[in-house]
Amino acid sequence: MPDRLSPLHDEHVALGAALTPFAGWQMPLRYTSDLAEHTAVRTAAGLFDLSHMGEIEVTGPDAAAFLDRALVGNLTALRVLGARYTMIVDEHGGVVDDLVVYRTGEHVYLVVANASNHEVVLAELRERADRARLDVGLDAAVADRSAATALVAVQGPHALAVVEALPGLTADPDGPADVTPATLKYYACLPLRFDGAPVLVARTGYTGEDGFEFFVDAAGAPALWRALLAAGAGHGLVPAGLSARDSLRLEAGMPLYGNELDRTTTPHDAGLGRVVKLDKVDADGVPVPFVGRDALAARAQSASARVLVGLQGLGRRAARHGYDVVASTQPDAPVVGTVTSGAPSPTLGYPVAMAYVTPEVGAEGQELAVDVRGRREPVRVVPLPFYRRPR
Amino acid sequence: MAAELPTTLQYTAEHEWIDAGSPVTVGITAVAADALGDIVFVELPAAGSDVAAGAVIGEIESTKSVSELFSPVTGTVVEVNQAVVDDPSLVNTDPYGEGWLLRVDVTSTGPLLTAEEYGAVNP
Repeated sequence: MPDRLSPLHDEHVALGAALTPFAGWQMPLRYTSDLAEHTAVRTAAGLFDLSHMGEIEVTGPDAAAFLDRALVGNLTALRVLGARYTMIVDEHGGVVDDLVVYRTGEHVYLVVANASNHEVVLAELRERADRARLDVGLDAAVADRSAATALVAVQGPHALAVVEALPGLTADPDGPADVTPATLKYYACLPLRFDGAPVLVARTGYTGEDGFEFFVDAAGAPALWRALLAAGAGHGLVPAGLSARDSLRLEAGMPLYGNELDRTTTPHDAGLGRVVKLDKVDADGVPVPFVGRDALAARAQSASARVLVGLQGLGRRAARHGYDVVASTQPDAPVVGTVTSGAPSPTLGYPVAMAYVTPEVGAEGQELAVDVRGRREPVRVVPLPFYRRPR
Repeated sequence: MAAELPTTLQYTAEHEWIDAGSPVTVGITAVAADALGDIVFVELPAAGSDVAAGAVIGEIESTKSVSELFSPVTGTVVEVNQAVVDDPSLVNTDPYGEGWLLRVDVTSTGPLLTAEEYGAVNP
């Protein structure tokens, strides 16, 4: 099957992007240099096309109650125009995907899934909606908005300046009158207009920087993309590809599905047990039996078999996804874990990695090693994230 | 992408180049450097070590990936480009010049391609 093309594909080609197949899409890997794009996001701003992400709309009078049964988080408690990081898990508590959910109206939620899991998440939500309707009569509809929706992100310390310089961005007559991009809270969203057409602007992101994400109709995406590039030219904005996105999120210690998260992993394994709300109750005060609840309740009580840690490389060679973590640089040292993501950190100047290790060796400061293609490179357990932006 | 493929060099299918010098100079092509992305680490055999055509003799590591370096020739390494070891980005900026990797006293060569042949399969 040929790869899907972003609504911004022609823009990427015009900018000379190196394209790469990614989760069934052709997406920009880089425009110029991974390092230059990474550094621009840390020091100025980067413009990302995230149109491959899946957008699923959940609507109906019982949309909130349904999502409480379908996801691990408490979505009833999410205020209108708020956003939340959450997960969908299977009956065993294994992560099906990690999600950002925006409540765009009292009875309207936008669920953003990873591109690689979009179809799975869509099918699961539909099935869970059917079950919730049959079991307890909840009225919620699940609709796929992905094909019609483009997603563009501006990330970096100059992100707000870029957004404020964007001509054509105006208030939505139905939106809150007292909120602007400048006063928009982190993990909140705001309906605006761009050239008169609706655009949902969210202060969320995946790079560890301040930033804004624009959900826009696919047909209007190229005009928005070009306008953002022009508005950002004086603020150091450059287009940035998937390669920079991955190194930025790794420095920010953010998990990636397929690396830190998968169906064999519970949220607790990934150090994200806090997103699981075991104490959710429905309107009658009855505990909500969300999918995976029993397994995760048991998991929350049991000792952990592995913990997700940050590793600072003490040599120059980077650990990579799938490499063994070993107890020491000695040739006979036993395997104590597996690297889930690793790369040289452009910001910090040394290699960094995330890895699952046995709890006994997971304490901060622990000296370990990684088997880098037959050679044992020393590493040290350090807290996550590796990089935290100055406030 | 690789418009500037020097016709004075010969190439391997694994994206190394060699010149016609004695000793020969070995590097990797702009095609390979572009595909790897920003190169941040190179590991090269020490001067004095023997290398065999087609054998893995080192590694080129970028922010995104790791690639093995294959020897295009059989012989003895007489010099390693310390400037590239210190600043691997030279491989990106000048793969056929400052970004050279090794000099080798050659006893025999492996299969080599002309610029035209290499360019035909690496447009």
